[in-house]
Amino acid sequence: MIEMRGITKVYTTGKVAVEALRGIDLVIQKNEFISIMGPSGSGKSTLMNLIGCLDTPTEGDYYLEGMKVADLDPNRLAEIRNKKIGFVFQNFNLLPYATAFENVEVPLIFKGESFKNRKRVGEELLERVGLKDRMDHRPTELSGGEMQRVSIARALACDPSIILADEPTGNLDSVAGREIIDIFVDLWNQGHTIAVITHDTEISSRTQRIVKLRDGKVVDGAGSI
Amino acid sequence: MKSFLIFRIFFRDLKKQRKKITLTTLAIAWGTFSIVMLLAFGEGLKNQMSKAHHGLGKGIVIMWGGQTTIPYQGLGKGRRIRFNEEDVEILKKRIPEIKNVGGEYSRWGVSMTYGKKTLTERVNGLYPCYEEMRTHYPDMGGRFVNDLDLKYRRRVVFLGNNLKQRLMGDVEAVGKIILINNIPFTVIGVMTEKLQMGMYGGPDEDKASIPATTFKAIWGHNYFNVLVYQVKDPDQADMVEKKVYEALGSKHKFDPEDERALSIWDAVNQEKEFNKGIVGITIFLGVIGGMTLLIAGVGVANIMYAAVKQRTREIGIKMALGAKKRDIMSQFILESLIIAFFGGGVGIVFTTMIVKILQAIPVEQEGLQFLGKPTISWDIMIVTIVVLGLVGLFSGFFPSRRAATVNPVESLRYE
Repeated sequence: MIEMRGITKVYTTGKVAVEALRGIDLVIQKNEFISIMGPSGSGKSTLMNLIGCLDTPTEGDYYLEGMKVADLDPNRLAEIRNKKIGFVFQNFNLLPYATAFENVEVPLIFKGESFKNRKRVGEELLERVGLKDRMDHRPTELSGGEMQRVSIARALACDPSIILADEPTGNLDSVAGREIIDIFVDLWNQGHTIAVITHDTEISSRTQRIVKLRDGKVVDGAGSI
Repeated sequence: MKSFLIFRIFFRDLKKQRKKITLTTLAIAWGTFSIVMLLAFGEGLKNQMSKAHHGLGKGIVIMWGGQTTIPYQGLGKGRRIRFNEEDVEILKKRIPEIKNVGGEYSRWGVSMTYGKKTLTERVNGLYPCYEEMRTHYPDMGGRFVNDLDLKYRRRVVFLGNNLKQRLMGDVEAVGKIILINNIPFTVIGVMTEKLQMGMYGGPDEDKASIPATTFKAIWGHNYFNVLVYQVKDPDQADMVEKKVYEALGSKHKFDPEDERALSIWDAVNQEKEFNKGIVGITIFLGVIGGMTLLIAGVGVANIMYAAVKQRTREIGIKMALGAKKRDIMSQFILESLIIAFFGGGVGIVFTTMIVKILQAIPVEQEGLQFLGKPTISWDIMIVTIVVLGLVGLFSGFFPSRRAATVNPVESLRYE
C-alpha cells in the first residue's frame, strides 16, 4: 500500500544543508492504524509531508498503491493528494469564511464532483462525525473538537487511500481529544488506513504499530519489507 | 458552488480591504471614463467631419478647365480647355456611373441691393441638380432653382443663409424682390444652415444662386467656371475619373493621359484620406485612455499581490486538498476581472451620463461645432470591454502565478 525505500530529504538554506531524513524505509499495509512518534526534530513532519505528497524526497523511492510518486509533476501530485490522501492537521486548517459543509465540499470541488454529489457526500460525512445540525456554522462558531471533526469529514470526502493526521489532538482538551481518537478507531474498524503523528501516548497505545523516529531514521516499527 | 465560494472570498476581502479595493475600483472607473470619453470625442469628431465634408456635397468631384501639355492628333500643347453645356450632355450620356452633373457660371463683385442696403457679392448661375449634388437645400417655405426657372430664364434668386442675413436681416426673404446688378430678382428660397469644410469661391452660405440660363442672358458667359459631378458609388470615383478624361479628351482632342488638361478636385478621395487621419486621431485618443486604464490595472495587480500574501495559508490548505495550479490561479484572475468589470461598469455608466449631458448642451461657437458632440458607439463599447478584460486578465495573471508557486508545506505552517 505505502512503501518507502531509502528516502532522504535534504533542506538547503543558503549554504547550510540540513538532512531531515536519512534513509527511511517504511511500509504501511492496507487497513493499518499506525502512529509515528519521535522527539521534535526527528523528521516526523517531513516524513508526513512526503507521505502526503506535499513534498518530494531528495532521494529514494516512494510507491503509493504501486505507483511511483517520487518524481511526478505538481499537478499530478495535486491530483493524488485530492483522491488518495486525507489530511487532518493539528490546527485544523479550515477555511475561516466557509461553513462546515463548504469546507467538506472543497476537495470534492477540486475533484470535479457535481453539486448534487457534493451535497450528498458532504451531508453524509458530517452526519458520520456527528455534526449534521452544525453544517451551516462557520469555524468560529464551532468548538475545537467540532472543528477537528469537520476536518476529518473533509479528509474523508474523496474516499482516500490513507488518512494522515498530524497531532490531531494537540490543540484539544482531553475530552475532545478522546472523542477524536474514538472517531479514528471507528474509521479504522470501517476499513480505513490511518497514520497519526503524535506525542500523545493515549493515541499511540490504541494503534496497531508504533513507528519510532530518531535523527531522521526509523529506529523501530518500520513494518515488514 | 465553486464560483459562489469565489464570490464569498471576494466579498470577505472587500470588507477587509475596503479602502484599497474602493480606490482601485475608482481608478478603473476613471480609466474607463477617460478611454470611453476620448473615444466618444473621436467618434463625435468623425461624425462632424463627415457632415462638414458633405456640406460641399457627397461623393462629388469638381473640375476646372486646364491647359494641354501633351501634343495630340497634330494639335500642339498649351491649348486651353473650357467647358460648356455640351460637355455636361456628353458626361450624362456616356458615363452611367455619374448620378448628377452640372456646370456653374460664376461672377464676383456683383452688386446686390435690398432696401437701402447694397452689398458686393458672388453670383452663380446653376442648374437644379445643385440642390442635391452641392447640398443647396432650401429652408422651410422656400425652394431651389427648378427646370421651369431655367426654361423661362426667370429672374429668381436662391440666397445663401449668411448672405441673406447680411443683406436683409431677419425679414422673411421668400417672395421679396432684391436688385442684382440693378435688375429685380424674386427671392425663392434661402439655404438651410450647413457645416461646410471644403469650398471654392467662398462658402455657399455667402453666395447667391440664379438659373444658369438667366445668368448667361445677363452676362453672356460662354463657358462654365466649374464643372461638378456626383458619382453613384464613391468606390467607383477613380474609375469614373478615368472615363471623364477619356470622354472629354475625345471631344476636346486632348490625350486622356494628359492630367493637366483638366484640373480636378476629387472630394471623394480627399474625404477617404481625411477619414484615415481621423481614424489615426481616434486610435491616438484610445491609446491615451488605455494608458490611464493600464495604470489602474497596475493598482489591481498590486491588490492581488497583497491578497496572495494574505491568503498564503488558505492557498496552502487548498493545495493540500488537491487544488491544481489552474484552480489557484483562476480564483485570483476571476477576482481581478470582477474588480475590472465592476469599475469599468461604473465608469461606463458615468461616462454615458456625461455624454448625455454634453449632447444636451447647444453649441454655438464655430470651433466647437467642428469638434462635434461626443458619441458612444457600439465599437467603442466593444473596444472598452475588450480592454477591460485584458487589464483584468493581466493584473490577475501575474499575482496568480505567484500564488500558484506557493509551497504548500511552508504555507501550512504560515500563521
